Amino acid sequence: MAAYNEIIENGLWKQNPGVVQLLGLCPTLAMTTSMVNGFSLGLATAVVMGISNASVSPVRQYIPKEIRNPVFILIIAAIVTAIDLSMNAFVHPLHVVLGIFIPLIVTNCIVLARVESFAAKNPTLPSALDGFMMGLGLAGVLTLLGGVRELVGKGTLLSGIDLILGPNAKTMIIHVIPNYHGFLLAVLPPGAFIGLACLIAFRNWAEQRKSKPTPQASGSLKPAL
Amino acid sequence: MTESIIKHTTSTMAIMVLFSLIGTGFLAYTYEITKAPIKASKAIEKMKSFEQVLPRNEYDNNLLNDFVDVPAGGELNNREVTKVYTARLAGKATAVILEATARDGYSGDIKLLIAVRKDGSLGGVRVIAHKETPGLGDYIDIAHGDWIKLFDAESLTKTSDEKWKVKKDGGQFDYMAGATITPRAVVKATHSALSYVAKNQNKLFAEHSAINK
Repeated sequence: MAAYNEIIENGLWKQNPGVVQLLGLCPTLAMTTSMVNGFSLGLATAVVMGISNASVSPVRQYIPKEIRNPVFILIIAAIVTAIDLSMNAFVHPLHVVLGIFIPLIVTNCIVLARVESFAAKNPTLPSALDGFMMGLGLAGVLTLLGGVRELVGKGTLLSGIDLILGPNAKTMIIHVIPNYHGFLLAVLPPGAFIGLACLIAFRNWAEQRKSKPTPQASGSLKPAL
Repeated sequence: MTESIIKHTTSTMAIMVLFSLIGTGFLAYTYEITKAPIKASKAIEKMKSFEQVLPRNEYDNNLLNDFVDVPAGGELNNREVTKVYTARLAGKATAVILEATARDGYSGDIKLLIAVRKDGSLGGVRVIAHKETPGLGDYIDIAHGDWIKLFDAESLTKTSDEKWKVKKDGGQFDYMAGATITPRAVVKATHSALSYVAKNQNKLFAEHSAINK
């Protein structure tokens, strides 16, 4: 069980893809204009990562080292395309909302990174968990970043929730600041960079505070040179 | 030595080919079983977008099968071949619904769905795709504002040609300060769609479906 706990902790905090590994920044920065967008993309990524890790792991000993990357990419692309098609066919309303994110997931290098560094070396169950937890870690960052950008940029939270839960959910949209005129910068691309920088700084600060007695112990914070 | 390299290469190649075949087969199968449901849901979605520009009680035919193709370029200024759907009530053409493209938006094309009745009045206009600045130019989208409803029941007779402009350019259409390029493009595209329909009245409102289905 200890191993599973470590996988969960790595995904959600220690090795968080969004603020520690800094992988998969393209969708992170592009799609986090609102909290709902960020969460949706994050969740879709988590599901894809869980499935791709789970499908690479059982066949890992049959894949020669030289061609592992093309094979991994092939598997991931096939799975993502199949998910995209199936969602379009069987849960169409959800596809209308998430549809644009799904093909983006193939280009997200965090998926390939976890397949390569974890699923290619570990049994199926831990691999699936690792993929899903890494994805959830990313989803957390995306939701937070989306929330901050939406709040500063538009003064609302949860706008667009009606697209996922139906028109009745419109009442769930929170107008935090009434009569807010908006702060466009937060919604535009620079807002994504500034917001992400603040999140990384916050995470580093929290980690440093935790390990204050021995400042050198914060090994995971070394810049990747 | 050479033999082992050849053997290794061959087996690696065989594995790559095998995985490609499995991947292709898997995708082909998924495509095959999802093809029909996807087509059905696309059709439903399209019908829903039609209902936004033309009330359901103004036609009773299957719009999806009743269309003429308009080649790229020309008066509609479309980049690709686009379809003009004919709405009919009891066999008589009542309106056309067309997809127009405003190519002079602030960032990229603005795609519009426009319904024009036989008397030349607009059923309605909706933006179906755009890349305008969020929070600034996106009020043309019904999800972000009611501006697009200004076009409801507009026509070439109600508003003369030279008044088909935003107020800043001396026309009659309101706009929001700070984003003039976007509404200007939408007004222009709607105007040229109206002119196109007026010019091609006979062809578009023909008694028989372009393709009989």
